[in-house]
Amino acid sequence: MPANLMSGAQVVLECLQREKVEVIFGYPGGVTLPLYDALFDSPIRHVLVRHEQNAAFAAQGYARSTGKVGVCCATSGPGATNLVTGLVDAMMDSIPIVAITGQVTSKLIGSDAFQEADTFGITRSGTKHNFLVKNLAELPKTIHEAFHIAASGRPGPVLVDITKDCFQAQGHYAPVNSIHLPGYRVYTEGHAGQIRRAAQAMWEAKRPFVYAGGGIIAAGARDELRALVEMIDAPAVCTLMGLGGLPSMHPNFISLPGMHGSYAANMGMTETDLLIALGTRFDDRVTGRLAAFAPHAKVIHVDIDPAEVGKNRVPDVPIVGDVKKVLARILEILEETAGEMKQKNSTARAAWWGQIKEWQREHPLEPTMSTDEIKPQHLMTEIDRLSGGEAIVTSDVGQHQMWAAQFIRFNHPRLWLNSGGLGAMGFGLPAAIGAQFARPDKLVFAIVGDGGFQMSIPELATIANHALPVKIIVANNGYLGMIRQWQELFYNNRICSAKLDTFPDPEKLAGAYGFKGRTVESPRELRSALQAAVDEPGPYLLNVRVSPFENVYPMVPAGGAINEMVLAPPLPVEV
Amino acid sequence: MLQLISLLLENKPGALMRVTGLLSARGYNIESLTVGRTLDPELSRMSIVVDVEPNQRAQVIKQMNKLINVLQAIDLTEGQAVRRELVLVRVRASMQNRTAILKEAEIFGARAVDSSVEGFALEATGDPEKLDEFIDVMRSYGEIEVTRSGLVVVTLEAKKLKLAPPVHREAEVESII
Repeated sequence: MPANLMSGAQVVLECLQREKVEVIFGYPGGVTLPLYDALFDSPIRHVLVRHEQNAAFAAQGYARSTGKVGVCCATSGPGATNLVTGLVDAMMDSIPIVAITGQVTSKLIGSDAFQEADTFGITRSGTKHNFLVKNLAELPKTIHEAFHIAASGRPGPVLVDITKDCFQAQGHYAPVNSIHLPGYRVYTEGHAGQIRRAAQAMWEAKRPFVYAGGGIIAAGARDELRALVEMIDAPAVCTLMGLGGLPSMHPNFISLPGMHGSYAANMGMTETDLLIALGTRFDDRVTGRLAAFAPHAKVIHVDIDPAEVGKNRVPDVPIVGDVKKVLARILEILEETAGEMKQKNSTARAAWWGQIKEWQREHPLEPTMSTDEIKPQHLMTEIDRLSGGEAIVTSDVGQHQMWAAQFIRFNHPRLWLNSGGLGAMGFGLPAAIGAQFARPDKLVFAIVGDGGFQMSIPELATIANHALPVKIIVANNGYLGMIRQWQELFYNNRICSAKLDTFPDPEKLAGAYGFKGRTVESPRELRSALQAAVDEPGPYLLNVRVSPFENVYPMVPAGGAINEMVLAPPLPVEV
Repeated sequence: MLQLISLLLENKPGALMRVTGLLSARGYNIESLTVGRTLDPELSRMSIVVDVEPNQRAQVIKQMNKLINVLQAIDLTEGQAVRRELVLVRVRASMQNRTAILKEAEIFGARAVDSSVEGFALEATGDPEKLDEFIDVMRSYGEIEVTRSGLVVVTLEAKKLKLAPPVHREAEVESII
């Protein structure tokens, strides 16, 4: 195939096409004009957002809902710096995205040129890796390396900063067939000896407990997880990043664990004698005080990132590898003695489940209901009802996020999209945009608080522009709810700057953008209001006024052990 | 506690910053850092001495190995290795003690690289403990100024390099649902 004469901009798009990229979320600027000129002729679709931060979040929504690498694009200087939050968020949650940013002409770098920023330096720690490209000759290899790094091993964000003169340079393009990164080692297989020890420990355990995280979803290991849970009949929790890895309706699924996990989940993790950690990182929100976490348990930890194994808890059986492959091997070994071992363990297993069910009975995760006002937990159960475990649900950050995680169920992975590690407000709405583009057939709910919603109002234009049928549900309590909860519980109810006065009339706001919106306040009208939103063929903004002073329970106070949960609001004191 | 790390990394812009950034982000103070090209012009070897809590040392090495530009990171704090440093000492010398200073320097294998009526500039190499003694001795002769290069280290045995092989480019990233 003869090498073609192309501009750097055309080379970028050619490489993106070879990476099977179909959509880019971005915002043009001075130094990316050559790229946008090439985009004019390209079959790749560019979605214009209204703030670069949302381009990064939308690329994430695309990646989280499909497993493909999401792509966002911004110009130099302020365009690139606006991407930072979205990049750090992808880094924390291990989401594969590639960000293409423009940079000023090579000879101007370092001269404080117009719209110049040290993008390479600023994004260095917030990305899995980043590149600065000045030479056209390096461009194709760099783009493919970026995609490879983003998608392989522990996924993550990669930024490629390209100078304007590189976009404009002309050169002969030849396709790149192999990628050589000698320093980038990915360990997928898992040590055979450790795998055998893990299987043995699983059969020997009296009270095994499965702790599954986002890594199960990244690896596409839903079948293996389910098979394992069923094989050893263990109770299982899925972390905030792992929800849907095991279907929520599965009889062995307890809930999410940790700071706002259920009583049974946290007691189970505390009393287990074998904690099976799969594709997860022992985050402080899950473990509470580490010294008191799973004190009686042997720990098996499977993860593809060797730095996570042993970081917060030294495992008895560490396995560095791809959790899908490792689980498949473990299942093979378990299968060898399955009949005999299931029989042998049946009494102990029945006793363990008896204990779990008793914990579930003592303090079930139940939604608060009222006939006078809409309780936020009730809102979540109604959305759950409409979803039937099949809808894509994005959430913003705060109390509503916790209630959504507690009460909305998922039959599959990649339906629940939220900012877990970074907890970046303003995530919900743009992520829903990315997800809707990725999966146009799906019903997409964006559940946002009144705080987070107001951080992403500009993207109502993007939604309207493309008539995306996203159902925006604002859980509106008039406060930054989680802040208010902490101020109430730990700062003597001294509420400072947590009240959100002034919320736009949703009918007028949506109407201003050309679509429908309304407010609902009565519990009796909630179901029909949600149904009307879902039935509407286009976008819909439903402002749900919920009780302002609800707190998320259970709650593990910061620094507490997870079995020391606050289960209910303190009883009012007799005066 | 001081941890000694030897790294083999790609000789690319930003590689050094990635390594130091990893340490500074965690608030670990870098005591010394030396870096230079190896026989392969694309690769550099770096020796770092950093102040890290003992229970974090393994994690630091793992995080460095995660960096894409780093081919190998080893903890040599307790390892068998040759440690060397270079020091340049400027010492003020009076007419009376000029000869004494030179004789003292000779004992340490140091040599004068500059001489003037003010005094000498002396160059010494050796393991850090020997250089500490040399500096103490020189200080007793008068006013001195010390410039240390930082530790350079080489292992006694070659550590096996585990490099990633080339990957045939996957044009498609499958949707994993």
